[in-house]
Amino acid sequence: MHLVITLNGETIKKVEPHLGFIHRSIEKMCESLTYRQFIYVTSRMDYLSAHINNQACALCVEKGMQIEVPERAQVIRTIMAELTRIASHELWWGAMAMDIGAFTPFFHAFREREKINDIMEETCGARLTMNYMVPGGVMIDLHPDFQRKVKEFITLFKLKIHEYDELVTGNIIFRNRMKDVGFLSKEDAISYGCSGPAARGSGVSCDIRKLYPYDAYNKVQFEEVIETAGDSLARYMIRIKEMNQSVHIIEQLIDNIPEGDFQAKTKAVLKLPKGEFYTRVETARGELGVYIVSEGATTPYRIKFRSPGFSNLSALDHMARGSKLGDLVAMMGTLDLVIPDIDR
Amino acid sequence: MVGMRRTGYYFTHHKEIITQEYPDNRDTLKLPERFKGEVVMPHDENNEHRCTGCTACELACPNGTIKVVTKFDITPEGKKKKAIDKLVYHLELCTMCNLCIIACPSDAIVMAQTFEHSVFDRAELTKILNNPGSKIMDGVE
Repeated sequence: MHLVITLNGETIKKVEPHLGFIHRSIEKMCESLTYRQFIYVTSRMDYLSAHINNQACALCVEKGMQIEVPERAQVIRTIMAELTRIASHELWWGAMAMDIGAFTPFFHAFREREKINDIMEETCGARLTMNYMVPGGVMIDLHPDFQRKVKEFITLFKLKIHEYDELVTGNIIFRNRMKDVGFLSKEDAISYGCSGPAARGSGVSCDIRKLYPYDAYNKVQFEEVIETAGDSLARYMIRIKEMNQSVHIIEQLIDNIPEGDFQAKTKAVLKLPKGEFYTRVETARGELGVYIVSEGATTPYRIKFRSPGFSNLSALDHMARGSKLGDLVAMMGTLDLVIPDIDR
Repeated sequence: MVGMRRTGYYFTHHKEIITQEYPDNRDTLKLPERFKGEVVMPHDENNEHRCTGCTACELACPNGTIKVVTKFDITPEGKKKKAIDKLVYHLELCTMCNLCIIACPSDAIVMAQTFEHSVFDRAELTKILNNPGSKIMDGVE
């Protein structure tokens, strides 16, 4: 992404994002792939929420085909999605601190993220682009060591998350760089279509997991984290608190994975009936919507992804006007932009 | 000051090495058994594989990575039977999505843990998975 910034001295007058440098026409590619094949491409959109992207597509196909997903698969999907969310927020936290000027937090974040990657590698066979969710459930059953390793991770993570607060959250230099920087009001967050932590930082209740539960989210207790300050610090605090909530969700599910099939029995060739289907999920960055138009064939007629990064980026110009150039990194950091997700 | 204390703690308590010394640890590096590195076709000691040439993997592949070239064998009873001549695998196109592996009805192909795929000539990435002179195992339909 290329930001064209108009300056008056050090004060930002206008920010104009130029997009398309990593555009791969994923939506068009999906039109020539079958309903089983197109899911793997979506791992390449928001690669830090690869599992959740795949989950969104699988949910949309299941909605169209009216496939009943076994309970075990639903719980596995939810645990995987929350592990992905923690991994994504950890990477964001490390990169955010590095943007502001602290180098050490990056290594602290990656130390714990590596444990999640190892868990993913063992069960799904890949560390980043897993392609584990399929229409009807998950591709392969959990690794026998999965539960033990996740429990070990949770125990470790609970000890380490205090370090994050000690190192960065409580740091007065860091707080001053974030407080009252990049203010976004509740009304503006709604009108720009922001979602996820970017909107919740401005007091908008928009957690899809809570408002429109999918998979096993209606079986677990968790809080929708909302801050009302609307500045960068509020968005930062939301992600830190969300990591705790994700751990809480995993804790409730990890000992209660029901026995049974990990995949529903589906036809070899999936054909969605003629019509339009839309599902949405909460990725680590916000609301991801998958819209499929089907003509009744084995491939979709049209696919549209409503990616959270694109809408969140649109608010950057509004947030940045009138602030100093040095604060722009803090604003961009707390929006948590993933460029392949914006360009697709 | 709290943050400095944490930094100081790690400075004096460096008992655990969490980095990997790749590529010096190639001998001891063990990847998970499900790791998706490359599609391979296992053969037994009699140079026999399990592939029937049904092309399910070719149809499942989103990128055109696999091409199954079939031929007709003559069975001892004198009947024609479809069998693979070559299973061509384009590693350079493969995204390791695992769809071919789960599509295979006879478990003829699996994912291998090899991951160092760099070569000097692009043509080396196009592989023929079945061994020369191999044939299908008895009992696999």
